Amino acid sequence: MAEKAILYDAARCTACRGCQAACKQWNESDEGEGEKTTNFGSYENPRDLSPKTWLKMEFREVERNGKVSWLFSRRACMHCTDAGCVKVCPTKAVFHHELGFVAYNKDLCSGCGYCIEACPFNVPRLTGNRISGIGKMDKCTFCTTPNLDRVDNGQEPACVKTCPPHALAYGDRDKLVAEGRKRVATLQANGNSNAYLFGDKELDGLHVLYVLAEAPATYGLPINPKVPAASVVWQNVMQPLGWVLGGLTIVGLGLNFMVAREARLTKGLPGKKEE
Amino acid sequence: MTNHWNDIGNSDCILAIGGNPAENHPAAFAWITVAKERGGKLISVDPRFSRTSSKADIYAPMRSGTDIAFVNGMINYVLNDIETNPGNYNLTYISEYTNAGYLVNPGFKGPAELEGLFSGYAGGLNETDSAKRKYDKATWSYQLDANGVPKKDKALKDPNCVFQLMKKHFARYTPEKVNGICGTPKDVFLDVCRTYAATGKTGKAGTVLYAMGTTQHTNGAENIRAYSVLQLLLANMGVAGGGINAMRGESNVQGSTDYALLFDSLPGYLGAIQSVDTSLDDYLKRLTPTTRDPLSNNWLKNYPNYITSLLKAWFGEAATKDNQFGFHYLPKPEAGKNYSHIALFEAMTAGTVKGLMCWGQNPAVGGPDSELERKALEKLDWLVATDLWPTETANFWQRPGTKPTDIKTEVFLLPALASYEKEGSVTNSSRWMQWRYKCAAGPGEAEDDMWMLNKLMLKLKELYTKEGGPNADAITKLAWDYGDPPDVHKVAKEINGRDLTTGKQLAGFGAMKADGTTACGNWLYCGSYTEDGNMAARRDLTPDTFNIGLYPKWAWCWPMNRRIIYNRASVDLNGEPWDKEHPVIKWDAASKKWLGDVMDGPAGGGEPVAQGGYLPFIMTAEGVSRLFAPGMGDGPFPESYEPWESPVSNAVSRQQSNPIARIWRPQEKGSADRFPIVATTYRVCEHWQAGQMTRNLPWLVEMMPEPFVEMSEELAAEKGIANGDRVVIESARGQVTMVAVVTRRFKPFQMNGYRVHEVGLLWHWGYTGLSTGDSANTLTPHVGDANTMIPEYKAFLVNIRRA
Repeated sequence: MAEKAILYDAARCTACRGCQAACKQWNESDEGEGEKTTNFGSYENPRDLSPKTWLKMEFREVERNGKVSWLFSRRACMHCTDAGCVKVCPTKAVFHHELGFVAYNKDLCSGCGYCIEACPFNVPRLTGNRISGIGKMDKCTFCTTPNLDRVDNGQEPACVKTCPPHALAYGDRDKLVAEGRKRVATLQANGNSNAYLFGDKELDGLHVLYVLAEAPATYGLPINPKVPAASVVWQNVMQPLGWVLGGLTIVGLGLNFMVAREARLTKGLPGKKEE
Repeated sequence: MTNHWNDIGNSDCILAIGGNPAENHPAAFAWITVAKERGGKLISVDPRFSRTSSKADIYAPMRSGTDIAFVNGMINYVLNDIETNPGNYNLTYISEYTNAGYLVNPGFKGPAELEGLFSGYAGGLNETDSAKRKYDKATWSYQLDANGVPKKDKALKDPNCVFQLMKKHFARYTPEKVNGICGTPKDVFLDVCRTYAATGKTGKAGTVLYAMGTTQHTNGAENIRAYSVLQLLLANMGVAGGGINAMRGESNVQGSTDYALLFDSLPGYLGAIQSVDTSLDDYLKRLTPTTRDPLSNNWLKNYPNYITSLLKAWFGEAATKDNQFGFHYLPKPEAGKNYSHIALFEAMTAGTVKGLMCWGQNPAVGGPDSELERKALEKLDWLVATDLWPTETANFWQRPGTKPTDIKTEVFLLPALASYEKEGSVTNSSRWMQWRYKCAAGPGEAEDDMWMLNKLMLKLKELYTKEGGPNADAITKLAWDYGDPPDVHKVAKEINGRDLTTGKQLAGFGAMKADGTTACGNWLYCGSYTEDGNMAARRDLTPDTFNIGLYPKWAWCWPMNRRIIYNRASVDLNGEPWDKEHPVIKWDAASKKWLGDVMDGPAGGGEPVAQGGYLPFIMTAEGVSRLFAPGMGDGPFPESYEPWESPVSNAVSRQQSNPIARIWRPQEKGSADRFPIVATTYRVCEHWQAGQMTRNLPWLVEMMPEPFVEMSEELAAEKGIANGDRVVIESARGQVTMVAVVTRRFKPFQMNGYRVHEVGLLWHWGYTGLSTGDSANTLTPHVGDANTMIPEYKAFLVNIRRA
């Protein structure tokens, strides 16, 4: 099956944040309550991604030669091909969906948090306490949230559906790469010499592609992102070693899983943050 | 809008001034993107760098309240450039389709000669006696020939022709003067002029998009006059991708004004009846325009058809020729008296108005000088508030700082259904009447507005029939037969109108008569619900003849499904489109028919001008559009005055502020020494108007949790304010506390070396709802535009300090 992707065009985006609200509305990530926020001298809010906030828009003011620009960008899972989170996940809770993006099975998540360390974009967030093991990881599901699955039902993700200025598109990844390259070429021809298609090649190809009018660093994106070496060591060396050396890891993770599962059943609310 | 949202995609240059479409019209912004990706330019003129500015090719900062100086400067640039590069402009359009060549009364004098005033002013400079703050407009008139037709010099050379008068008037608005008034850097201003003036070339189109940043000034109507002059000189009216386009701030605000939202009109912008109209004939004599120019169609000669049919719709069988079709049933407000928002709240304060029905409106947050307006509500005997949520207006009696036991007003709160919970039509900015269906049941006892109105009217009829009362006939004779519960289709059909002889729905307003044989609730909407059915419910995306995005079978558009008004000006004298790429209409010589959009004018549209057809601007008595507009109250040309509260002297004349603006409370004017900072108010994408529809939604509150004030880093440094600090903002009317957003997107205005600071406040908040905060309108003054009385929300004076 052809790989799918989201194309985000920062040059078209007006940061209306319809996507940010639609993400919560569709996926019920916060049970309709919203996060308690205060204005911290910005249009931006909440301040960071969280188990309740899987997508947020970022605002950056840049001044060059006395000219101000206001850059908007999307912050959410990039759905990498070379995905650190998938590599390090000991329970295979995080996996590559057959359509290419990174989905996860919350029931399998042990809350170990290794995916957080392994993410070059600092995206996954945990509820609960990482040490006690009752936490669960959350991030953008590419709208494959259980019981609320859009993509497997042939619909575009909620953020794409809602985007008023058509800054978001959903479709076959190769077609969107071609479209993205075309738009970048147009931006470059119109004087944006640093325009760039982020995600074309990064981490063997992201499933969220960014058309950027400026260089990636100007939007706070890493240049040539890599899965941290320690995570790779974990996957390629430590994990097999662990499997060979004994059942300790398995038993531990199994316990983790059971405790976490028990905790969830007791509370009846998956991933509800304990106050 | 003269044009429509989709049509913005056809534009070569978009001038967004007095509006922030990316923020407040996010869905519509997609059409700006279409234009940009076709190679069109976006110019954003705004006091601070906005979300729209972030997408613009040129951003021009402009101090709030100085729009006329800015646009007059652009007009001056164009007038000079026409001399130098006449080939870059459509001179035929200017001489044939505008009044540029009309000769004006030699007695007319302009501000260049009269220190900022026009001839006929009753008072002196900066007159304070309100009785003398008015014009006698006798000299604002044309020279007529022996037949009573205005004299013209189409070569535009006569010293008294409009074009020559314009050169004298606008020459004062040099780029240096624009900088001195607006604070716009000269190079940026000239870049705007060059870029926008390029749309003057035949075949090119530029559009002006504006919103409340244009209108909410003491000079608001003249701001739009300035756009009109600019657009006419650039031949941008009537063409695809052109026009003057008001981006409406509410989904049905276009509809509500079409249906006489304002005190001075009846449905379809017919003039309100006044105390001076002793008969229907008097009324018609006062308002029906006349012309002796054989080339002018003078569409409003049809006034008698429209008012008579309206009276027949309202009073049915009771409207007869003998009783002037029920003319005297209607109330006749005092001529010259103002009954607009500010005036009503002043009348409440004075105890004259005893009851108020506040329908989907929240003046306790949205009204100017809002604490004054909340206090005015305390003077009422009763208040009915109809809304989706309890509003600040409904809760005024328990607002912070009040003792509910001291307030005697009886308050009724009627819970209303939201637009998705009822069936009916909404008219958008594009003038499209779009039918909507009920898709969800409402909560609790909520009912739709029409249900409430119907119940109320049925009860009133019952009571007046039984008990009588003053003007009882106005109620008892009213034709009111929509059922109970009311049928919205019956109302829509009545609005369209029918032939009372045949009983058939009217096909269009051309069929309306003044003899009482037709009835129509709003002539502009005639044709919307015909014998063929409900046109507004159409969802057919068949493209138009020339495929320019008109979609003539999608919904229905007033007037007569015409998608671009004044479209007769989009062709030359032979009926050939100026713009071959985006023709709106075209004369087909072979079939002797017009192709394309519904032609402006009577059915068929007649012939092109060169073959004896009528002139393109059918809504003026002249048949051409007005560069010189004597209908305005404060001058036939736009002249720059400072806002009522301003930190500087008027740099173009000694007349400081608008000479005829009505001043209610001179004692509440803030002085520049106590309040040296210019302030304006605006909205954000995440919240809606006075806030009840969004401040109760957790996700939107999460994104925009509280009101803020934006300011420059320079001002923050002067005041010792850090980003995110809480600050007190104070005006002569009150004070509010908000979070400071210190930003490089706001810069102090450098006006010929003189520096002025400006801040911008969000006005969505109040004391009721999930998210509460101070109301910016506590600070705004009770002063309105000279022509319309819209409050001056967008430019006033404040001071700020850390809380």
